[in-house]
Amino acid sequence: MTTPEEIWEALRDVKDPEIPTISLVDLGVVTDVWVSDDNIAHVTMTPTFVGCPAIDYMKEDVRRRLLDMPLADVDVQVNFDMQWNSNRVTEEGKKRLLEHGLAPPPAYEGILELTVLNNMECPYCGSRNTVMRSPFGPTLCRSLHYCHNCSQAFEGFKPL
Amino acid sequence: MAEQSALKDLLFRMADDELIIAHRNSEWTGLGPILEEDIAFSSIAQDKLGQSYALYRILETLGEAPADTIAFTRDESAFRCCQLVEYPIGGYDFSLMRHFLFDTAEVLRYEMLERSSVEMLARLATKVRGEIKYHVFHAHTWIVQLGSSGSEESHARMQSALNEVYPLAFSIFEPSAFEEELIAEGIFAGENALRDRWVEALAPVLEKAGLKVPEVSDITAHYGGRRGYHTEYLQPLLNEMTEVFRIDPSAEW
Repeated sequence: MTTPEEIWEALRDVKDPEIPTISLVDLGVVTDVWVSDDNIAHVTMTPTFVGCPAIDYMKEDVRRRLLDMPLADVDVQVNFDMQWNSNRVTEEGKKRLLEHGLAPPPAYEGILELTVLNNMECPYCGSRNTVMRSPFGPTLCRSLHYCHNCSQAFEGFKPL
Repeated sequence: MAEQSALKDLLFRMADDELIIAHRNSEWTGLGPILEEDIAFSSIAQDKLGQSYALYRILETLGEAPADTIAFTRDESAFRCCQLVEYPIGGYDFSLMRHFLFDTAEVLRYEMLERSSVEMLARLATKVRGEIKYHVFHAHTWIVQLGSSGSEESHARMQSALNEVYPLAFSIFEPSAFEEELIAEGIFAGENALRDRWVEALAPVLEKAGLKVPEVSDITAHYGGRRGYHTEYLQPLLNEMTEVFRIDPSAEW
């Protein structure tokens, strides 16, 4: 019988459709995995932002990947029982975001102050001499920034 | 099941607000005064649409029709959105001011709902509140920027937009027939409580922006939306929003 550990491992192969360097596991959107007695895998996921249009694609990608395994079936549910927040992005995930040219979301404790966006670390040169141009970017989870040090525009993955 | 009617009414009011303001905000796509603002209004629209969908999904678990059916097949009189969200986008000053006044109320509403006795709603509220913080952050930045650091013209236009939109914004807090029940059951602390917190929350931002709160002689002047009485602007919006659905209800895109 397939174990949950094997499923978690397999899910590392499934990447974010819009940021193909990071896996869904490192992004933190997979919240629960278990296998029932009838050998059906049950995966629970939660979107980064409620209106994220990519979640249906992610669901399908997860299902397709797991159907390659010796399982009777795969059941993927999306809910808000355990919610995504940017602290769920793993250390590995942050490296992968950087690799894609995205400033990773800064870790925070307690209540998030959006002023952290004012000096996001530039993914190209590491400087904090940066400004936020807009809290809204090309996808719901990204913001727009500019680095005064290396004169590059860059995007950040929003803390939430 | 009386308590469920109260909960459903609250969910319809909230979800319809999100759906209609999402549609209005999306009308700025391709037309924003600068690229970043075009993207901002489009992103906010997408967030709101997602939030309305999540609320309709809760209604579905309570026995209502699926989200698409609710969104695309109801008559105007079945909508419970407030009149503020129905108005056309107008100039950017109008849209920005509506965004500021509406989202300031929204973030407070979801903050209150985080303590709701309805667990499903409380959980969603925590999530949504985090997203609306970004909307409020955006609105505050521009209101203060244009109100106090811009030109005389930008200040005058913000003040005149505030004078126009502020009285309309009280339509958000039109109490429903279920207020007492919602409060008693611990579902939601009520529109009056929300309105008081909203007035309080606006003050420091408006002061920073150098804008004066206009007198409102009758806060009930734009009530009606929560009971299905809407402005002349809602039906044309619904006609446009449902056009593809009416041509082919099974269309996917």
